[in-house]
Amino acid sequence: MAGMKQRAIDLYQWIEHRLGLIKPLTAAAEHPTPANNASWWYVFGSAATVLFILQVVTGILLALVYSPSANEAWTSLGILNHTIPLGWYLRALHGWGSDFMIAIVLIHVVQVFLFGAYKFPRELTWIVGVCLLLLTLGMAFTGQVMRFDQDAYWGLGIGASIMSRVPLIGAPLVHLLLGAPIIGGQTLSRFFTLHVFVIPGLLLAGVFVHIWMVLLHGVSDWPMPGRLVRKSTYEREYHELVIKTGIPFVPDAAWKDAVFAAAILFAVMACAFFFGPFGPTGTPDPTIIQTAPKPDFAFLWIYSVLAFLPPAIETPFMLVVPILAIAAMLLLPIFAGEGERHWARRPVAVLMVSVIAVTLGIFTRLGTYTPWSPIMEAWTSEPIPTAYLRNRTPLERQGALVLQDKQCRNCHSLAGAGGQRGPALDAIASRMTEDQIIRQVLQGGGNMPAYGNALNPSETKALMRFLMTLRDGNAPAVDASRQLTSSAKPQPPPPAAPTIAPKSQ
Amino acid sequence: MSEPLEHPEHPDDLNPPTSADPTPEAKAAAHSRRTFLFTLAVGLNAVVGAVLAVPLVGYLLGPAWRKNSFVGAWIAIGSINDFPVGETRLVDFRSPVASFDDGDTAKVACWVRRIDAQQFQVFAINCAHLGCPVRWFAQSKLFLCPCHGGAYYEDGSRASGPPERGLFEYKYKLDGGSLLIHAGDMPTLATQASCKQKPLLQIAPATEAASTPARSGEWQA
Repeated sequence: MAGMKQRAIDLYQWIEHRLGLIKPLTAAAEHPTPANNASWWYVFGSAATVLFILQVVTGILLALVYSPSANEAWTSLGILNHTIPLGWYLRALHGWGSDFMIAIVLIHVVQVFLFGAYKFPRELTWIVGVCLLLLTLGMAFTGQVMRFDQDAYWGLGIGASIMSRVPLIGAPLVHLLLGAPIIGGQTLSRFFTLHVFVIPGLLLAGVFVHIWMVLLHGVSDWPMPGRLVRKSTYEREYHELVIKTGIPFVPDAAWKDAVFAAAILFAVMACAFFFGPFGPTGTPDPTIIQTAPKPDFAFLWIYSVLAFLPPAIETPFMLVVPILAIAAMLLLPIFAGEGERHWARRPVAVLMVSVIAVTLGIFTRLGTYTPWSPIMEAWTSEPIPTAYLRNRTPLERQGALVLQDKQCRNCHSLAGAGGQRGPALDAIASRMTEDQIIRQVLQGGGNMPAYGNALNPSETKALMRFLMTLRDGNAPAVDASRQLTSSAKPQPPPPAAPTIAPKSQ
Repeated sequence: MSEPLEHPEHPDDLNPPTSADPTPEAKAAAHSRRTFLFTLAVGLNAVVGAVLAVPLVGYLLGPAWRKNSFVGAWIAIGSINDFPVGETRLVDFRSPVASFDDGDTAKVACWVRRIDAQQFQVFAINCAHLGCPVRWFAQSKLFLCPCHGGAYYEDGSRASGPPERGLFEYKYKLDGGSLLIHAGDMPTLATQASCKQKPLLQIAPATEAASTPARSGEWQA
């Protein structure tokens, strides 16, 4: 036994004498770190790295089968899902790993920002980290293109349409993005190159530099209110803290990283196993237009923002705001490299994180049900509720038919069914007078197309009669100015006699 | 850096310098000819690198430069008898600029509106907002986009929603009994190779719409 041990030591020394890496790496792992940062708040960076390694490994395994050709990519995903043993699980791991990686990277960024850990001497660590965040999002977008389905196809169309708005060089940029005049084989090839060679290469290099700087400067100490970062004193103070309270990073602090990384990996595995892979949705055939394309979760908020921007400021917003936002993130440590680190003393920082988080959350939520999109099938799939037709005259019922036939329901709901682009019509006659509704329907405006061309006078008449019954039990709307102009005796609004409140049925 | 961390003994330890050597400065002074040659070699590599880089960058940016194959071509999309007057129909064709490995993505769809015997309008499927596929609703005479709710009238002009202009139109011509359109680039705000005769920011006002069998609307001037 002793001989075995001696032989192992000999072997190690033989290797290390020639390699010279084991000793310095061990020493780096065991470097002393202030005891106060051995915290559960400091585990996200290492978890992101572990997820990145998972993505590299699963990505390589998927590349064994995936065919990056516009002709075959979609079919090869089907083969991965259904034919190759465990192919579905690998796709699921890669897809869920991607979502988890984005989430963990974002949490890591927020934690570093709130802890003021980007301040001197770690400014460049932050800047490289921002680049890593952007590269991670780049992986997510190019990865969505790898899943070469309908969403990927139209997502590329959206990307090209945004590019086309760049002044002067719009057309060359579109061609550069697509690699061809249309979305096709060359587009997939170049996104494959980005997803598999270019961005992972940059990520690997960036992660290496990022971790190197963490080792060089040490993991930031736990922020304390009132303990200011000054360029003249910080490094000495940190050094003293390390001498006074230092514990070896491995194992005294790193066990938390290891536990968290294992938990995250387990969560990815569980999601992959129980929820399975993402898509692919329909074939990337642009002649199948019965589709409502949507980006992946991480980009839903952008999709929502693009629905709400007024046309006039949309192009400047799309082209300028991302550049400003990225520049602000990159330059943050240059302008705020010193001073207070603790969140309790940085209300603006806390406010910014809260506002941005709530904003992204709301837009993402909206993106999941897209209230601005017409529901294309609503006019044939959602009947008029019976309560709205009871005790109605033939003309009013004819109006209900017009409402249905002219696809009003695609944008307007009745009893909760139908599109949400326009207002619900359940009580429209209690909010608008007949004249106002006629004007709105025939001339449009305020985000509604004009229907003057699509309705003949008798259809309009019938539609109006039906719409005027929709009051939800309220009194009909009255034109305030009419009352003023009418003679001495102002007429009270007629009672809602024959109308039955549909909600009460 | 002030070395706040206790870094281990440097890897340099493995190759301890021999103490008898002269100082590095003295060495450098003694090697001025080699220094010069090294500088020269660096310059040489810079030149070779630049010569190498030009074609590489040219290859990379290749798609950005308009080639003849990008401009597109006239393509027949059907007999004019396939399109009843007053109706708008969906037509598929294979892009004349498709490449060998485009698969299904080489297919293109467009909406053909026949105004009268001789007059057509051929609209790109792509919404002028962000390129999603618009759908035609004959009853309400609207094109609706599923992505962000852009809406267009039957003549392609903007009705409502985020688009800032009407639908993209293909140039068309009638040759014998068939309808030909000029197709090339995927239509976006910057790439309407096939629509040179149309103004960029608004499709020509629908003056010919007055002759349509449909009631020309009160909303039209």
